[in-house]
Amino acid sequence: MEGKPLAFRITGLVGSLLLTLGAYLLIIDPGFFYLTKETAIIAIVILAALQAMIQFIFFLNVWREKGPPWNLGVFISTISIILIIVIFSIWIMHHLDYNMMPKMKS
Amino acid sequence: MVSDSKVFGFWVYLMTDLIVFAVLFSAFIVLRNNTFGGPSGRELFSMPFVLTETLLLLTSTFTCSLGMLFVHRNQKRSAIFWFLVTFVCGLSFLGMELFEFSELVKGGDSWQRSAFLSSFFTLVGTHGFHISIGLIWMSVAMFRIYLCPLTSDVISKIFRMALFWHFLDIVWVFIFTVVYGMGHIL
Amino acid sequence: MKKNFFTGKLTFESLPDHWYTIGGTVFIILVGLIVAFILTKKKRWKWLWKKWLTSTDPKRIGTMYMIFAGLMFFRGMLDAGMIWLQQSLAADSQGYLSSDHFQQIFTSHGDIMVFFVTMGFFFGLMNWIIPLQIGARDLAFPFLNSLGLWLTVSGGVLLNLFFVIGGQFANTGWLAITPLSELEFNPGVRVDYLIWSLQLSGLGSLLAGINFLVTIIKKRAPGMTLMKMPLFVWTSLCAMVLIISAFPVLTATTLLLWLDRVLEMHFFTAGFGGNQMMYINLIWMWGHPEVYILVLPAFGMFSEIVATFSKNQISGYVSMVWAAIMITVLSYLVWLHHFFTMGAGANVNSFFGIVTMFIAIPSGVQVFNWILTMFKGRVQFQSPMYWFVGFLILFMFGGMAGVFMASPPADFQVHNSLFLVAHFHTMIVGVALFGIFAGTTYWFPKIMGFRLDEKLGKRAFWLWFVGYFVSFIPLYILGFMGATRRLDHYASSTHWQPLFIISTIGFVIIACGCFTQVMQLIISYKKRKEFSDQTGDPWDGRTLEWMTTSPPPFYNFAVIPNVSTREAFWEMKQKKLPPSKSYQEFELPKNTGMGIYISVFAFFAGFALVWHIPWLALLGALGALTCVIIRSFDKHTEYMLTAEEIERVESSRGQG
Repeated sequence: MEGKPLAFRITGLVGSLLLTLGAYLLIIDPGFFYLTKETAIIAIVILAALQAMIQFIFFLNVWREKGPPWNLGVFISTISIILIIVIFSIWIMHHLDYNMMPKMKS
Repeated sequence: MVSDSKVFGFWVYLMTDLIVFAVLFSAFIVLRNNTFGGPSGRELFSMPFVLTETLLLLTSTFTCSLGMLFVHRNQKRSAIFWFLVTFVCGLSFLGMELFEFSELVKGGDSWQRSAFLSSFFTLVGTHGFHISIGLIWMSVAMFRIYLCPLTSDVISKIFRMALFWHFLDIVWVFIFTVVYGMGHIL
Repeated sequence: MKKNFFTGKLTFESLPDHWYTIGGTVFIILVGLIVAFILTKKKRWKWLWKKWLTSTDPKRIGTMYMIFAGLMFFRGMLDAGMIWLQQSLAADSQGYLSSDHFQQIFTSHGDIMVFFVTMGFFFGLMNWIIPLQIGARDLAFPFLNSLGLWLTVSGGVLLNLFFVIGGQFANTGWLAITPLSELEFNPGVRVDYLIWSLQLSGLGSLLAGINFLVTIIKKRAPGMTLMKMPLFVWTSLCAMVLIISAFPVLTATTLLLWLDRVLEMHFFTAGFGGNQMMYINLIWMWGHPEVYILVLPAFGMFSEIVATFSKNQISGYVSMVWAAIMITVLSYLVWLHHFFTMGAGANVNSFFGIVTMFIAIPSGVQVFNWILTMFKGRVQFQSPMYWFVGFLILFMFGGMAGVFMASPPADFQVHNSLFLVAHFHTMIVGVALFGIFAGTTYWFPKIMGFRLDEKLGKRAFWLWFVGYFVSFIPLYILGFMGATRRLDHYASSTHWQPLFIISTIGFVIIACGCFTQVMQLIISYKKRKEFSDQTGDPWDGRTLEWMTTSPPPFYNFAVIPNVSTREAFWEMKQKKLPPSKSYQEFELPKNTGMGIYISVFAFFAGFALVWHIPWLALLGALGALTCVIIRSFDKHTEYMLTAEEIERVESSRGQG
């Protein structure tokens, strides 16, 4: 791939495009793929993660460093932190809202 | 290039920026349903409009990578051309976003209406603010390509701008999915 | 509040009109005038600008950080003394402070001590010692280093500015809990002062964090692999990882609070769907890693000190590294223990309680290794070791209180009581502050070229150590007796007053300790010829910083050493390896005023955002941006130091 930088970038574009359009179709009409609403949500999040990976690989070139993989290491630890922040916040706030918020909130 | 200290340092900075967005995403997800009697995402968002914005940004990230390719090949005119295309796509994206915001405000659904709308405007607005910074940076970079010989120092600076721009499209992928996508489905 | 286009919310009523704001203003002006007078008399303005303020040398920047932190420490201790005095007097009376004033004091005490004192001292010592310990000449980004310092200073100035303009600081506690910090209950600018001083210094800390991270990863001397780094470098690396992971959360969360206030958004408001519990969740997500940022560098410093003064390499180096890494990872999974009582329920509380208890394990590994190092060595009890033993005892004490509170049912009894206050002060004073004192004493000869007076140092230690117990044991007891924190007055029927008075006596003892430390500095300076460090290695050290003269030349190392073992300098001494004399030219960064200019613009932008002056905010932002762009076009940011010049400097120092 090193020798064909243009093809490399076009692959990234096409991959991202397909994933975007796929997600769009899922959003507009989850039933088209015989998916429930909840499953559709999981599906589009997976598609987003895949597209992010494609863009990281094809546009940001994370994996192409020489020497110890510090860029990758910092990236993985950031993703872990982000997952902790988002997932734990949802879990904690869900429990707090259930226990502590007045039942007739809008 | 990617083992250059300055690029690594900037990469670390981008990671911290991702964490800022993660907090904004968390706030949005937690507050999604707090519409305080007002409209929800499904009622407010136009998916075709958002798809257009998404495609604009995706194109811009691709043309940005082309610009970078020509910088590496020391072909200044092609580089500036592709960055200019990127700039136009980015500016159009920003224009569309500002239009969306002004329509919401005109309809009485501003950031003051509810927690949901506050978190929507903040998350999408912060991304838009980053896009604006990116556009300014891109203008400076195009100027730099025009004016300076493309030494490794200069290429490193432009590369960092390109990294910033690419990263913004990746964040948008998640905004598209979590804000508009989930908003439309649920 | 009425808003004018040109002056925002500023009116003549913003000028000082209370005894403490007038007093503070007069003090600030007086100190400023005295300093200006001295500088003019000795014609040192140009020297100050060229040699200090615009310097990109991490040694200069480190010294400036420490001076700044010292000044803020004075203010923080003053706040502490006022709190103690109020609580001793206020049984069945209002004491000498109004409730509101008292609330401002404990708020600013917390923010100053956490953001400016401890972080300032640590960044100062790290700037000095990290490059030396890894065999580098400078940090990875010297300009960013200067910018980080000046942003922190501008944050500190903004925090203190309320004395002169505004008259009130936030009354919300150091973390500005919502909804008290929201517009509905705090319509003035006092909370905005807190928010923007935190944003500015937070940005400074983030930039410093990135800088040290890249430096430690990329700028080590050849041969120094990660597992050969000194433990101070390891724990600093871990602290930097925490900074880059946690500070963005602070930035984002205070941004949301500010948006609630300036644009009337509803993230955390009491109404319109806002959720105040989300604020607590987010702010502690930053807050917990922050306290580990404060203690990890201290652990590393103590490892160096114990090894040197035990004449023994640190026991269990590999386990120490893994313990530091474990602490780093776990510290990101425990933040809920700060709000067990908020109501998340048993499932959530148990998870966080268990993980919190787990953190005690790597801490224990560290403690046992230190003790083993001493046991297997020949210990010399110089004053840094006194601070170490004091730290060990306090760490055990405070740590056990922490493990006690890690259990949610126990925490329900003592949450937000004085027991909690005693616990976290034990950790911050006993670990972070004692670490700073130990590290400063240990590295003082390297930094200044002369040792500190040992007798006064030991006396200061005893005053601090005894004073600490006298002031904080009563607080632990008061906590169990039901005394909540942040109380400005109480009924005498609680029988709390005697304990508060004993606690204040403890503070007086501590204050004597501080006074002794100031005396120590003055007397040591007077006797500097007698205490001077001729060899560069006064303690028979083991790590690379002791290889240079005291103080080191401005480029640290004439020749970057090659490293092959864990204690590079110790090995050099054992093998009696002479230093290399083959000098080659290298580049050094030039001084620059850009860091100051950008920070001044940022300060004005922050000020304008506090007072709602849009045109000034825009000007500040554009000014800072323009400076950044101009700096990016500057091709002459470095200069070459030739081999002849190096030769000249080295021989004038008796090294050539």
